Amino acid sequence: MSAPGEPVLRVRDLVKHFPVRSRGVVRRKIGDVHAVCGVSFDLHENETLGLVGESGSGKTTTARTLLNLERPTSGSVSYRDRELTGLSRRQMRPLREELQIVFQDPYASLDPRISVRDIIAEPLRIHGRYDEAGRAEVHDLLRLVGLNPEHGNRYAHEFSGGQRQRIGIARALALRPKVVVLDEPVSALDVSIQAGVLNLLMDLQAELGLSFLFVAHDLSVMRHVAHRVAVMYLGRIVELAPTRELFARPSHPYTQALISAIPLPDPRKERARRRIVVQGDVPSPISPPSGCRFRTRCPKFATQLTESERTACVEQTPELTDRGTGTPVACHYAQPLELL
Amino acid sequence: MTVGDKGYAQRPEPATPTEDTVLEVDGLQVAFPSEDGLVRAVRGVSYRLERGAGLGIVGESGSGKSVTALAVMGLLPAAAKVTGSVRYRGSELLGLSDTRLSDIRGSGIAMIFQDPMTSLNPVHTVGAQIIEGLLRHNPDMSKRAARDRAVELLGTVGIPHPDRRADSYPHELSGGMRQRVVIAIAMANDPAVIIADEPTTALDVTVQAQVLEALETAREETGAALVLITHDLGVVAGHTDRVAVMYAGRVVESGTVEELFYEPRMPYTLGLLGSMPRMDRDDDRLTPIAGSPPSLLNLPPGCPFAPRCPMREDRCDRDEPSLHVVDAGGHRSACHFADRLVGMEAGAVFEATGADNESLARLARSDSEASSEASFEASSETAAEATAESESANDMNGSTDGTYGKGSR
Repeated sequence: MSAPGEPVLRVRDLVKHFPVRSRGVVRRKIGDVHAVCGVSFDLHENETLGLVGESGSGKTTTARTLLNLERPTSGSVSYRDRELTGLSRRQMRPLREELQIVFQDPYASLDPRISVRDIIAEPLRIHGRYDEAGRAEVHDLLRLVGLNPEHGNRYAHEFSGGQRQRIGIARALALRPKVVVLDEPVSALDVSIQAGVLNLLMDLQAELGLSFLFVAHDLSVMRHVAHRVAVMYLGRIVELAPTRELFARPSHPYTQALISAIPLPDPRKERARRRIVVQGDVPSPISPPSGCRFRTRCPKFATQLTESERTACVEQTPELTDRGTGTPVACHYAQPLELL
Repeated sequence: MTVGDKGYAQRPEPATPTEDTVLEVDGLQVAFPSEDGLVRAVRGVSYRLERGAGLGIVGESGSGKSVTALAVMGLLPAAAKVTGSVRYRGSELLGLSDTRLSDIRGSGIAMIFQDPMTSLNPVHTVGAQIIEGLLRHNPDMSKRAARDRAVELLGTVGIPHPDRRADSYPHELSGGMRQRVVIAIAMANDPAVIIADEPTTALDVTVQAQVLEALETAREETGAALVLITHDLGVVAGHTDRVAVMYAGRVVESGTVEELFYEPRMPYTLGLLGSMPRMDRDDDRLTPIAGSPPSLLNLPPGCPFAPRCPMREDRCDRDEPSLHVVDAGGHRSACHFADRLVGMEAGAVFEATGADNESLARLARSDSEASSEASFEASSETAAEATAESESANDMNGSTDGTYGKGSR
């Protein structure tokens, strides 16, 4: 994997709230789901940035908001110095050639009524780039992602899950984008199939100099594909570090809990492992806890901090900043820990 | 059964059933009639479970691992053709009436399903559902005692404020809490066997860790043997002592977790391990298994894995290998060439395929040509040309809108 270059996508203080409405005719607004709260990061040229978190952490909403598929409540997203927030659908369209997305569900994201060749040709047609060479181009895209080009006139339902995800990838690549958002691209696939799709994505990223924002809940996948990883919890990034460092010395108690919760396919290591088990479930994003959002489940808060130390967790939101560990972490009492 | 014995000790599977054998599945076959013919979902599965032992059954979607469990519990639809033998403490379960089976379900063999929202009854409180199970098998128990026991069980599986939670309905609980309730119900009557079918698949990892811990507690408290069905090799590694790998309705390899994970003797197992991204090390490259599992309708003769196997030879297309012992102890493999896999790494057998190199090179080349052309144009551009270009760009936007309208229909 080559070294990442200049930032192509800048995200600053991105906020996305969804209104919660009352039942009945009036449907008064009674609150907000705080899906994404002040997320900032850069995605560099030729880089895979992983966005990892459990359900409800806001990772998918972040990804969709970046591409203007959702309107952000506030904050800014810019692509090569061009502000994306506030652009109309029409203004956004030319930019879609450079910013593409692969969706999670390979069953729902492909039109069942048109052939696979047409699915892949559609973005080319929309952008007026489907010419005499178009058919050959689609063939080449099919071959690129490991499908037989002769199967181009088949329909999506004739393909397996892994093959469908490859079709989704071919479609996203048709316009030769610079940035591709991958929203849980392998989570619906069996492990033997998943590996092939991961290899494909890594080849494409490295050879075509793409920038990937890779959204996933699986930390093992992250370790394999990402250059840097941002860990999200309840709408906020709690830690952002180069992959190797994040796994070698995680500093945020949540990252530590996540890493220690993932089972290793190695019986001896697995039995000898130290577990940090967090209590309870993720609180509701309608009324997230004050101060540090992880404090209600934080093992450090529960067992290691004194009463006066806890005050900071309850009253002050920890900023995502370098606290002497070398990488940004959003914990007042961050401390690196070796777990693997 | 001693409390605290998690069954982690390495015990070989005895050749014949002993008095410690609680569950014995022998030559189990399940077929479903369909419009296109018979779907042979399970094609001869055998395993034996000793008291307190832990067996993992791993396999990908469609391998028959869940159907095997449902057949053991007698929970398959009437249309399913089940043959072979399932013995609980020596007595045959196949062919028993539903009433007779109900005496064994819960008290002898308990089951935990993947989705707690569908295995719990939405119109009864969770406490009532535990009490129902308790009273079904202990008719002499007073309601009061049953309620106390239910609350105690909820506490055991780690539900906070169990006395209040007993009066909650399933929809008031989170996924992890619901799965704990299911575990509490499973352990209520001290079963000898707990079958857990993908118990944590629907849950987030931090919650998965909590639920697996609750499952361990349930085993310690009841001394039950565990059949853990999962697609996650990691979960099996830490929670069982033996493991069976299923493919196309059969067990293709079985042994202790050490044997399976460190010395796999079936190419499919090796392929699975090579496909897994590992959090604890830097892999250079994953080795996927090409192709996809076969259809269980009209399965061709020979080894069902042969079409995906890089070690395939003519013989593999002719005879299906039996599950045979491959080394001292109970390590078995269903591969004609199991001994060739000694000391082999996944990377030496499977290819680390990714993008098609030729197309990739062509695409990368055309990209770099395009960008050099663009920069050439930009440098030779005059002011007049720039205006003309912006006009044509407007045109293009107009026409793309037109195409979009057509394309989206």
